[in-house]
Parts: sequence; structure tokens; C-alpha cells
Amino acid sequence: MTGSTGSAGTKAPSPAVPAVRVPQRRGTELTLLVLAVLLSVYGYCHVGLAHDGTVPPGAAGYGAGLGVLALLAHAAVRFRAPYADPLLLPIAVLLNGLGLVLIYRLDLETPGDEAAPAQLVWSTLAVGLFIAFVLLLRDHRALQRYAYISVVAALLLMTLPIFFTSVNGARIWIRIGGLSIQPGEFAKILLAVFFASYLAANRNALRYTGRRIWRLQLPTMRVFAPILAIWLISVGVLVLETDLGTSLLFFGLFIVMLYVATGRGSWIAIGLVLAAVGAFVVASFEPHVHDRVENWLHPFASIDAGDGPSQLAQSLFAFAAGGMLGTGLGLGHSILIGFAAKSDFILATAGEELGLTGLTAIFLLYALVVERGYRAGLALRDPFGRLLAIGLASIVALQVFVIAGGVTGLIPLTGMAMPFLAQGGSSLVTNWVIVAILVRISDQARRSDPPEAVPSALGRAA
Amino acid sequence: MTKYIRRAAAICLVLLVALLVNAARVQVFQAKRLRDNPADRRVAIQRYDRPRGDILVQGKPVTGSKDTKEPLRYERTYKNGPLYAPVTGYASQTYGTSFVEHAEDDVLSGTAPMLAPLPLWDDISRTQEPGGDVETTLNAAAQEAAFAGLGDKKGAVAAIDPTNGKILALVSTPSYDPGVISGTGSAAHDAWSTLNAASTKPMLNRAIRETYPPGSTFKVVTAAAALEQGVVDSIDTPTDTPDPYPLPGTSTELHNESASAACENATLEYALQVSCNTVFARLGVQVGLHGMVKAAEDFGFNDGGVRIPMTAARSNFDTDMDRSQLAMSSIGQFNTAATPLQMAMVAAAVANGGTIMRPHLVDRTTTHGGATVSTTGGSTYKQAMSPYTAAQLQRMMVDVVEKGTGANARIPGATVGGKTGTAQNGVHNEGTPYAWFLSYAQADDASAPQVAVAVVVEDASADRADISGGGNAAPIARAVMEAVLDHH
Repeated sequence: MTGSTGSAGTKAPSPAVPAVRVPQRRGTELTLLVLAVLLSVYGYCHVGLAHDGTVPPGAAGYGAGLGVLALLAHAAVRFRAPYADPLLLPIAVLLNGLGLVLIYRLDLETPGDEAAPAQLVWSTLAVGLFIAFVLLLRDHRALQRYAYISVVAALLLMTLPIFFTSVNGARIWIRIGGLSIQPGEFAKILLAVFFASYLAANRNALRYTGRRIWRLQLPTMRVFAPILAIWLISVGVLVLETDLGTSLLFFGLFIVMLYVATGRGSWIAIGLVLAAVGAFVVASFEPHVHDRVENWLHPFASIDAGDGPSQLAQSLFAFAAGGMLGTGLGLGHSILIGFAAKSDFILATAGEELGLTGLTAIFLLYALVVERGYRAGLALRDPFGRLLAIGLASIVALQVFVIAGGVTGLIPLTGMAMPFLAQGGSSLVTNWVIVAILVRISDQARRSDPPEAVPSALGRAA
Repeated sequence: MTKYIRRAAAICLVLLVALLVNAARVQVFQAKRLRDNPADRRVAIQRYDRPRGDILVQGKPVTGSKDTKEPLRYERTYKNGPLYAPVTGYASQTYGTSFVEHAEDDVLSGTAPMLAPLPLWDDISRTQEPGGDVETTLNAAAQEAAFAGLGDKKGAVAAIDPTNGKILALVSTPSYDPGVISGTGSAAHDAWSTLNAASTKPMLNRAIRETYPPGSTFKVVTAAAALEQGVVDSIDTPTDTPDPYPLPGTSTELHNESASAACENATLEYALQVSCNTVFARLGVQVGLHGMVKAAEDFGFNDGGVRIPMTAARSNFDTDMDRSQLAMSSIGQFNTAATPLQMAMVAAAVANGGTIMRPHLVDRTTTHGGATVSTTGGSTYKQAMSPYTAAQLQRMMVDVVEKGTGANARIPGATVGGKTGTAQNGVHNEGTPYAWFLSYAQADDASAPQVAVAVVVEDASADRADISGGGNAAPIARAVMEAVLDHH
């Protein structure tokens, strides 16, 4: 994650200079994909053997399904993005496969409430979208044209759940037919597209500074207004939907992209101050958020009060039960967490059954995805592409940090899906699309002959 | 922009390190403390995810395990719950464990390190041994005879093998089925409430946890003290005792229960035979407080630390009394109180030449496969008196059965020694008295006494006049002794 190493990190060669031939690395990707599928199938079988003493009946179907999905995705990449980073797709398949294993494993403890089949359907849909994006999105710069549509769509998607009923304290779901969808998930990508577009077009203007008060270089109002707007929207999301995680994610994403675009460290300082003020104010009058903070500070207070362990306490018990090596797949008791064991708390199952060793491996897989995104961003030349790559990779990083930090007691717990692992179709689809765009960007970054620049709607306007 | 991208990447790296360090904190450094939190059900789940080991009586399990398919998977069952409850106790998922289930819990639940051939490997591989078994010292026939003998009366029986301290029977009535509180949920909860609220206290182990005034059975201890301290020359020498005996320092006169008994100046042997209050009250005073306390404590009184393996209640003989109180204490009244087990130990001391072997219920523990984990050998608890004194007491106690108040305990083909007791109860003796009988038996063809037994019956339903050690308690003692002798 520490930026680039080797040739890929240096600036892309200028079109005038004949480029060195870059290896395509599709064979590497295929090998890693086979490993990812085999590892997932092994995990699936292990769950059955450890839990019931037999290989689960669906093992062959599960392996074949995952294998076919992986191969189709691989074929699409080979066909349309032959220079793409060879790690992104296999890691996504492995995390998705592991997520299915963990959900199947938890299904065994909750007969009558099976989540794995639906998750497999969502996985198919998500990989389908991945393939569609890789095939149809020939150049990521095409996205720049949809900057304003993106932000309008994102705001619509984010406000939609306000009109639906609140579920477990958060108003982030909409119900269509039998499906529960979290529109906020899709808004993440749209916002990243908009931020990248806006910042790429205005980054020079944003670098101008306004008054200087003492040692703090203040931005001009023209720059400051959009930041304030984003902050207000984030706080609005927090208050209206009581969704601390999404709010945190949007704001963090904006600050990171703003910093990368302008290089102003004061943005980060201002951003952190605003976030702290916002969080403090909201926490002081919104009981749901206040409870989360209290629970984080005193995870065992409910035990002392005689109300039994809280979810966070149960989650910590699960991690502690795992220890260094874990209990082994299928042998833990993370289902004690109860509600959201398969979604927000899925990492606790990984922590208990795979131990610190397995958890570290999972964290490193995410880190690799982020690192590959950043590396693609470094290799690109167009500001929009760079910012988009950084933005998308940062979404993954922030999501992992917010939810993993939450369930392990590092930061207050906020409801958020662990990318690829957690039960939930919206999140799965979103993260596969993120990987698809990163595959596209990395393909362009590693290509020796970048395609012609596409005029940007925002660029012209600016 | 490249520079800022790298700085942003560095921030991501910081976040990753924070996650990893925190995960290590939770999973490794603080893991032990978290795992020990009683609110974590994992301990309970793991504990009940395998069948519990069994408690055996003469090789046959009296317990079992039932697969409930619930999170706490295996539940304790009892084959004959009420009969063995005073021994097994209960093993409840809600209310914990008691008695042998409690004392041997680590073996029964499979957590005892001794069960594993390679304990360190079990730690690493996270395997747990199946629960081991506990073989008791009980004699099934004696236990059943005692339980049947008490029937629906309130009371208790303790029987010991005098030569090695093995407890052969331990019965308390009314009893209960510990299986009804094994599980979780409302059924177990309701059963627990009912059992605890019941006026008959079915969960009270009267054989080891309740003390009763021992009444005339305590005269055996007083006789031993008198002989050991040389207060009487021999058991045939007339004691210089008036009848009635004026309690020292008071104007109260102590009478004997039976007017026909010639207790005035009676010999020790005759006084025990017909249970003269006057003789033993006076002997206790003659021995003196210090001597009586020592004698009582040599038999195990005032010792609250007897574990069989569960702790038996402390039997009491006051250490600070005036002479009239000492006189009453010496005939097992005033504040003198004993568990049935304690009185069985008194009988066992007489039978075993003065030596009390440490009473115990667990003969050995084994792994699930049957390999011995530990054995309880016979060990000496106390030397209550000299073998010579014991021999004299044996002669007297045999006389009690053959010629005196203990005729109901006679067994053809065996030597039986005994002592009856009818202890008064309540502040002004208005309560129904307790019927006591303690005895020992040796078959004619046996080389050593085989059983010592104490029986107490506290039956409120009986007419006060009908309660007597010889009438109510002795037949039960005989049945228990016969069961043991037949077995040999």
C-alpha cells in the first residue's frame, strides 16, 4: 500500500517515446483464479466436514458455479482489458468465495434462515455486472461525462431510504418486492465519479488560497463552499438515516480525494475538525449514535448491568476465542453474536475460526486491492483517472477500516458491510463494480498506448 | 499529485497497521481475559458439547446423558435419581453442580488434565477428552435397603466399611430427582423453585449436611472417654451413681426413661445396655469438660473439614459449658449435634479397634476408556481410642443388641453391636424426638467387621411415644447391614 515500487509506479511514458512492451500477465491471473476457487471450495468442504462429518452436498455445485463465474470474468478481462492488473480479479473472487463459505457456515447454525443461496445469486449478478463493465466501459474517461448525472443520482439514492421504514435503528434500506436494497452502497461509486470529475476540473482553482489567519492558510469561499456542502450532506445522512458508517465514508472519501487533488494538508485538518464537531454534535442529541459511542467505550457495561453481553462484547468474545490459529472453519460459536452475524459482524466468524493468522491474511488481501488501485492511480496521467482510482481504492480501504475497526473495538461500531465477505447484495454488487472500474483503469495505466483523451463535460465548463 | 497519492497511501498503511495491532490485542494479548468472561457462553457450550462422564455404583452407571440438540447439547440424566441424589448431587446447565457431580466435575466434564495422554498436545490441537467416569464406593443393595427402610419417613442413613472408610450407603429422605433441574428453560426453573420452596427440604442431604442431637447414641463416646481417662476401672465395676441424678449446680434431677431399669450404681456395661441417662451424665461430669471435648473431637466432632469429597457439616460438642450442661451434653443433648455420617464413624471406630478410616465416596476415577486416573486408598482419619477400649465397647454394644434395647438389629450368623438413641427435639422437648440407631456387623465367617451404620428417623407423623431408636431405626440398620453381609 505504500505507493509504487518498480516501473509501474513511475510516470507513464509520454506517447512520443516508444514504450517498453508491458507483459499482459493474464496467465498469472488465471493461475491465481484457480487457486482462489480451489481455496474457497476447500473451505466449503472443511465447514461440512468439521460441522457434520461429511462433505456438504452442494460442494461440487458451489465449486463449479464459482469456477464458471471466475472463468467468465477472466475471459472478459482477457478480451477487453488484457493489460489489467492480474491481482484484482483473483482477490475479489477469493474474498467473495470466502464470504460465501462463511455465510454458508453460519447458515448451518440458523436452519430456516439461509442466506448463502441468495448471496450466490447476488454474486452471479455482481460478476455479471463486472463483466458488463469490463466489456462495455472501454475507457474510464467516459465516466467523466456523467459527473452531474452521477451526483444527482447519488443524492436521490441516498435520500430514497428516508421514505422507508427504519430497520434496527438505521434508515438505509428500501424494499422492492422481496428484495432489500441499500441504495447508499451504489451512491459510493457515483460520488467517487463526481468527486474525481469535479476535482480534476477545478483542482487548479482549488489550490488558490484565501486569507491566512495566524499559521492556518484558509481556502477561498469558492473552494470552501463545496466542502461545506458535502459536510452538510454527510451530517444530513447521519441525522436522517442514522447511518454513521456511510456518513463517515462519504466524508473521508471527499477529504482524501480533495487532499490528493490539491495537496493542501489544511484540508485534512479542517476535515478532521469538521468531522469531529459533526460527530460530537450528532452524538449528543441522537441517542442511536450516542449509544454506539458509549458501547465502544464500555463494551461490557451491559454485562455488568445484568443485561447480558452486547453485540460488540459478543464480537470481542468471538475474536478472543479464535486466538492465534482459530478454532477451524465450522467449529466456532460466532453465531452467538445473533443479529447481523452474517453481515456486519461476518469478520468475527473469520476471526474466531481462522484466528489472527487468517484475519491478517484477509486484511492483507484488502490491502493488496487498495495498493493495486493506488498503483494504477500513480501510473495514469489523466487527473480524472488518477483521482477515480484513488477514490475507489480509498472506498475499499475506508469501508474495511470502519467496519473491521468497529467489530474489533478500535473505533465506535457503525453498520457497514465488509466488502465481498458480508451478506448483502447491494454491497457485493458495488464492490464488484469498483473492482471492474479498477481493472479498466489499471488496464489503461499499464497499456503502452493510452487511447485518445475524451473531452469532459466538466472540463469544458471550467 | 504523485506525492499526495503516496502520502494518502501512507495514511492507508497506518490504518492497516492500526487494524492489525488492534486485532492482535483482542485475539492474543487480551484474549485470555476475554475468554474468562462469564458472560461468554462458549465455555458452557464447550462444556456440554460432549456426553458427561458417568457416576458408577458397583460398575453400573447411575447417571446418563441426553442429546437435546440444543446449543447446550448434552443434558444430565439419572437412572434412579432420588435413590442416589445424596451422593451424585445434580449437574444442571442452569444451577451448576453439587456433591460428587461438583467434586469430580473436571473428570466428568472431561477437563481434568489427567484424562489426556498428552495434555500439551490437547491444548495446541484444541481437542478435548471425553468425560471420565467416577466409580463410587457405594453398595447398591445397602443403598436400596436404606432407601426402602426409610420409605416415606424423613431421615437419613450413612453406612461405612469400618476397615477402609468406604461409604457403602448414603441416603436422605425425602429425596428428589436431580434430573428435573438438569436443563435450561422454564421446566428446570420451576422445578428448582418448587424443590427449594418445599417444606420437606428434599434437596437437603440429611446424611451429611444436617446435624441432629445424637441422644443416647452419644453414650458410646462418653463410655469411650470414661474408659480412656480411667474414670471407671472396668465395664463390670458398679458406678457410684444415684438415681435420679441431681444435675450439678442445679436443683434439677435427671431421670431415666425406663423406670424398670436398675440404673442406680449400674455397671458401665449394664448402663449402656439399658441406656441409663444418670450413669453417663455423671461419667461425663467426672471425665470433665476438657476430657469430654478431647474424646468427642477424637471421634471427629468439631471438625468442619471432612470431605467425602463433598464437605460434611461440622458435628458439634460445645467447648465451653458448666457442669450441668456438660452432663446433658454427655448424653447427647444440650448443644451436642451430629450428622448421621459422624455417628456412623463412631460405630466404625468401635468396630475397627479404635481407628477411624477417612470416609470417602469416590473409589476411583477413570478415563472414558476405563484407564484408571486416580484411586482413593484407605487412610487413617483419627485414632478415637485404644484398641483395648474399643474391644470393651464392642462387648458392650453387642450386649445392647443381644440383651438390651437394640434387639431389633439382631442378624443370625453375624456379630452385631449397636446403640439406640431417642433424642429430644425442640426448645421444651415439644417436638417429635429423633430415633437413632448406630451399629456395626461382622459375619461369623468374616475376619473383620464389614459395616458400620447410623440411622436417624425424624418422623413427625408418628406418635411421639412410638418413636424410639430400637423400634424405628434399628430395623433399617439391620436391613442395611444384611445387604452388606449378603453381598460379601
